Amino acid sequence: MTRQLNTPMDRGYSLVMGTLAVIGLGILIVPVIIVLLSSFTSSTVLKFPPPGFSLRWYEALLDPVRSRHVHVALSNSLWVALSATALAAILATLAALALNRVSRPSARALEAGFLSPLILPGLAFGLATLMYFSILGFRPSLNLLIAGHIVVIAPFIFRTTLASLTQLDPALHESSASLGAGRLYTFRRITLPIIAPGIAAGAFLAFVASMDNVPVSLFLSNARTNMLPIRMWGMMETTLDVRVAAMSGALIVVVLVLMIVMDRLTNLTRRMSM
Amino acid sequence: MSGAATGETAGVEWRLAAPLGLTYLAFFAAPLLILLVMSFSVDDNLGGFSLAAWAKFWGDPFYRGVVWDTLRLGLVTVAMTTLFAYPIALLFIASGPGLQRLLLFIVLLPLLTSVVIRTFAWIAILSREGVLNQALLALGLTTAPLNLLQTELGLVIALMQIEMPLMLLPLITVMRQVDPSLSDASRALGGSKWRTFRKVILPLSLPGWIAGATLVFASATTAFISQTVIGGARLVYLPTLIWQQAMVVYNWPFAAVASVTLLVAVLAGVSLFAMLGRFARTTA
Repeated sequence: MTRQLNTPMDRGYSLVMGTLAVIGLGILIVPVIIVLLSSFTSSTVLKFPPPGFSLRWYEALLDPVRSRHVHVALSNSLWVALSATALAAILATLAALALNRVSRPSARALEAGFLSPLILPGLAFGLATLMYFSILGFRPSLNLLIAGHIVVIAPFIFRTTLASLTQLDPALHESSASLGAGRLYTFRRITLPIIAPGIAAGAFLAFVASMDNVPVSLFLSNARTNMLPIRMWGMMETTLDVRVAAMSGALIVVVLVLMIVMDRLTNLTRRMSM
Repeated sequence: MSGAATGETAGVEWRLAAPLGLTYLAFFAAPLLILLVMSFSVDDNLGGFSLAAWAKFWGDPFYRGVVWDTLRLGLVTVAMTTLFAYPIALLFIASGPGLQRLLLFIVLLPLLTSVVIRTFAWIAILSREGVLNQALLALGLTTAPLNLLQTELGLVIALMQIEMPLMLLPLITVMRQVDPSLSDASRALGGSKWRTFRKVILPLSLPGWIAGATLVFASATTAFISQTVIGGARLVYLPTLIWQQAMVVYNWPFAAVASVTLLVAVLAGVSLFAMLGRFARTTA
């Protein structure tokens, strides 16, 4: 450190930036803490701080009779998210391999096209799929939801896989080929092990995005194919059902655990900030 | 597996790109095309050709107001997010590896928390009996509880929680690559911290800001759940309008017009940020 002047202006700078950073971090984390604490309330209304603590809302949530609709929505969401993530992982990995190290305009256009669902308003796309499927005469089903979700979540896997491919030394390919290995063998033994963490990190983000998707599910799901976020939105709109807080608490804990596991396996936090 | 492709790195391998490409054609491009055709139709079976829905939408000051409100919500959210994201990014850069890990965790958590949960939490915070009003009353900063739900301010605050990570991730990525000795040099030459921020950190981090601002704008303008739940019946934005017209009124051509308008508005905003980026690079 060189000699620096610490003028009142500079102290003002540190004070302003520090205060804004603390408020900003508060905006990020405080709501999550409040939901977690509220979910243990003993009261029938959502109030913070809770007048007392109990597990009654978690019990209500687990009750197979009272919360049957929530359970159906949860299993629908899990099935759609798992199927869509698995299919999107295959499609997006192939596409990333196709575009790896290609700098032609056609490749860049294709890359932009594959990433475009990240920017385009999901609600417009959701409505578009409803119109499209209804004109084709398809009745609402979980398969249609899977198709819609693939489009929305494939970019997450495509992006992380493409990024991990750039870390792959092309010399590895050449030496594998010159030693007589076939393309498939090279892919299985050289490429896949190197890009697997990238695919896994993308698949995790894609799975979370699918579980939380509103714009597509809003239009493509109905009473029979209800999805969890839509169900929870309904519970929140009509009555401020405290079971939503319990559901939230459970989901936050699941995501936290998954996040820590994924971070160990794939260095998720570093991957997302690179 | 032809041998000719083994060392080939120059061209796109179309056979590998085709599965995702065809999926996008069938389930992405085709639906969007139908949406566009629908906006020029008479009924929801794509019958006839008519400009009636477009004329009704753009002829009515209420709907024009909804478009403007939606764009303004996006811009205000970008501005507010920037105000808090830069200080957090600066704190991140100045921290050691342990604290950086913790900060990244805090930044990523909202991204992985369900949108319904986040919105639910903000109701508990922003309502008249909410946490924020209790705190303000206790501190004597206000005598009567503030009404923050169903206001644009309340909505922007709630949106910031999810938009800030979208701004922070690209911003931190770019700021990490900025050579810290540049800031040190500016300070050693007698530049104040404010001046160093304005003249060194801000211009060098601009590409990250633009990437973040693009995502924030696109996401805030289409945040349906936050807009309907926090905005309530008083604030109407394009996504709410689209949903009402499509699922409550069942006027599909009109809903299609609103959707195409939202698509074009978001794309225009995104291109504006991209142009800003190119302009900044050429003048830097």
